[in-house]
Amino acid sequence: MENILKAENVWFRYTEESDWILKGINLDVKKGEFLAILGSNGCGKSTLAKHFNAILVPGKGDVTVRNINTKEEEKLLDIRQKVGMVFQNPDNQIVATIVEDDVAFALENIGVSPKEMRERIDDAMKKTGIYEFRNKAPHNLSGGQKQRVAIAGIIAMRPECIVLDEPTAMLDPMGREAVINTIKSLNKEYGITVVLITHYMDEAAQADRIVVMNEGRVEKIGTPKEIFSQVEWIKSLALDVPQTSDLAWQINQHGYNLSTSAISIDECANQLYKFLEE
Amino acid sequence: MSVLKVENLSYTYNVGMPGETKALNNINIDIEEGTFVGVIGHTGCGKSTLIGHFNGLTKPQQGRILLDGKDIWTEWEDIRQVRFNVGLVFQYPEYQLFEETCYQDIAFGPKNMGLSEEEVDKRVKMAAKFCGITDEMLKGSPFDLSGGQKRRIAIAGIIAMMPKVLVLDEPCAGLDPEGRELILSQVKNYQLTTGATIILVSHSMEDIANYADKVLVMEHGTIYKYAKTEEVFKDAENLSRMGLGIPDVTRVFLKLKEKGVNIATDVYTIPYAVKTLLKYKQEKEAAKNA
Repeated sequence: MENILKAENVWFRYTEESDWILKGINLDVKKGEFLAILGSNGCGKSTLAKHFNAILVPGKGDVTVRNINTKEEEKLLDIRQKVGMVFQNPDNQIVATIVEDDVAFALENIGVSPKEMRERIDDAMKKTGIYEFRNKAPHNLSGGQKQRVAIAGIIAMRPECIVLDEPTAMLDPMGREAVINTIKSLNKEYGITVVLITHYMDEAAQADRIVVMNEGRVEKIGTPKEIFSQVEWIKSLALDVPQTSDLAWQINQHGYNLSTSAISIDECANQLYKFLEE
Repeated sequence: MSVLKVENLSYTYNVGMPGETKALNNINIDIEEGTFVGVIGHTGCGKSTLIGHFNGLTKPQQGRILLDGKDIWTEWEDIRQVRFNVGLVFQYPEYQLFEETCYQDIAFGPKNMGLSEEEVDKRVKMAAKFCGITDEMLKGSPFDLSGGQKRRIAIAGIIAMMPKVLVLDEPCAGLDPEGRELILSQVKNYQLTTGATIILVSHSMEDIANYADKVLVMEHGTIYKYAKTEEVFKDAENLSRMGLGIPDVTRVFLKLKEKGVNIATDVYTIPYAVKTLLKYKQEKEAAKNA
């Protein structure tokens, strides 16, 4: 499948004197996939994410967005229109006093005609489920709603890929669910490539592929089942596995042989049902 | 013995204005000394408004807050003392760091209590030890640290005041699993070694399940339930309906029950789940062999 983002032997450090944060990252993001990046605090996840739309450029190596090298400064606008970013704190990303103005902000800056702008912002607000709040002031919205406003602002740019850096870290369970469902629908229904950085294992479990990072390197790439079934290895990286995998693994410590790749609640319950009743 | 008591507390924002919102509606709770209380509730249920009352940041419009049996607002001058006794750690406390070195930052609170230099030094070292802060970190600037480390400095700044009641509002938001574990186990350690009361606001039911002795569930500005942790999780179906994320392991047990397995559903931690499942399995096998 076609790659949308490509990192080739990417090294990065903030100053000449400091240590390397990224130490030779190689990664392909395929068009249309939902990719999650996991790693403990300080492993370089966010630094890597900022390379995907040229907020940072590699010290060594290359990042390409659809074959455009992020080092080509004159292509910056192109890159940012192809790859949008959403950050952790919704309050830091909202600029306007009315929801729809905020969604329109980026479009105003790139000179889209008023008619097309109207279409694009309505479309973006509908896709992210915030259309009903379009005339509200952002400060009257909940965290999850605000985060979806930030996502709508990106979607209005019609990007091919969105990179989200812990978009649910500040949200309550319902806000989290709404944001994750929005991200999934943008990916599945509208074919937008998603790169999601998260500390929530249940969110990562819904991705097509997971990248596990540790100390500036990519440790492993695989499907959620491949990654989370290796309970001991994940725990050794100061990460966690979903409770479902953990439960199976802990039962296995008592001499049983359950599958640790039964990640969803249903899979786990089905497996335990068999374990108990057969 | 009760350390913190809330009597008939009500609070309304924007009184008499179009945006009038009742945030707290006749709250009554009695928190026993030395308990680790987890506070859960949907966003907007009044959790933060309630904890803002505990150390006198917000003055009750109706009702009273009693610390050690005494209304904290009887004497205006005493409110400073109340704030030393009830330490409040806000959300994202790392944004509140301001001093040149971590040592100075942690020392700020105890210094303001008017303690001697010697005592302040003792307190800073004690708090640093509690929070896993190394001597090297103490000498450095807080702004050179990672987010998780900064947060531990901020919490140490409150612990250095040795509050009887330590209130934490979402202390683990944005931290990786190890960082969460580190902070919560240190808070637990503070409770166990000093006998302090801990009030932890969290959206993570897993964290509450692992650490809290009792859970306060809030809904629409009222107390839905205040009971022992296992009692609260027996009611998992209702919690789920209230939009509170119940632990995945509890969901698995609810599913098993649905499938007709005659098993308890008040399971909220993995070790207890393992025990329950193995016991069920063994009894089943024993019955088969009998």
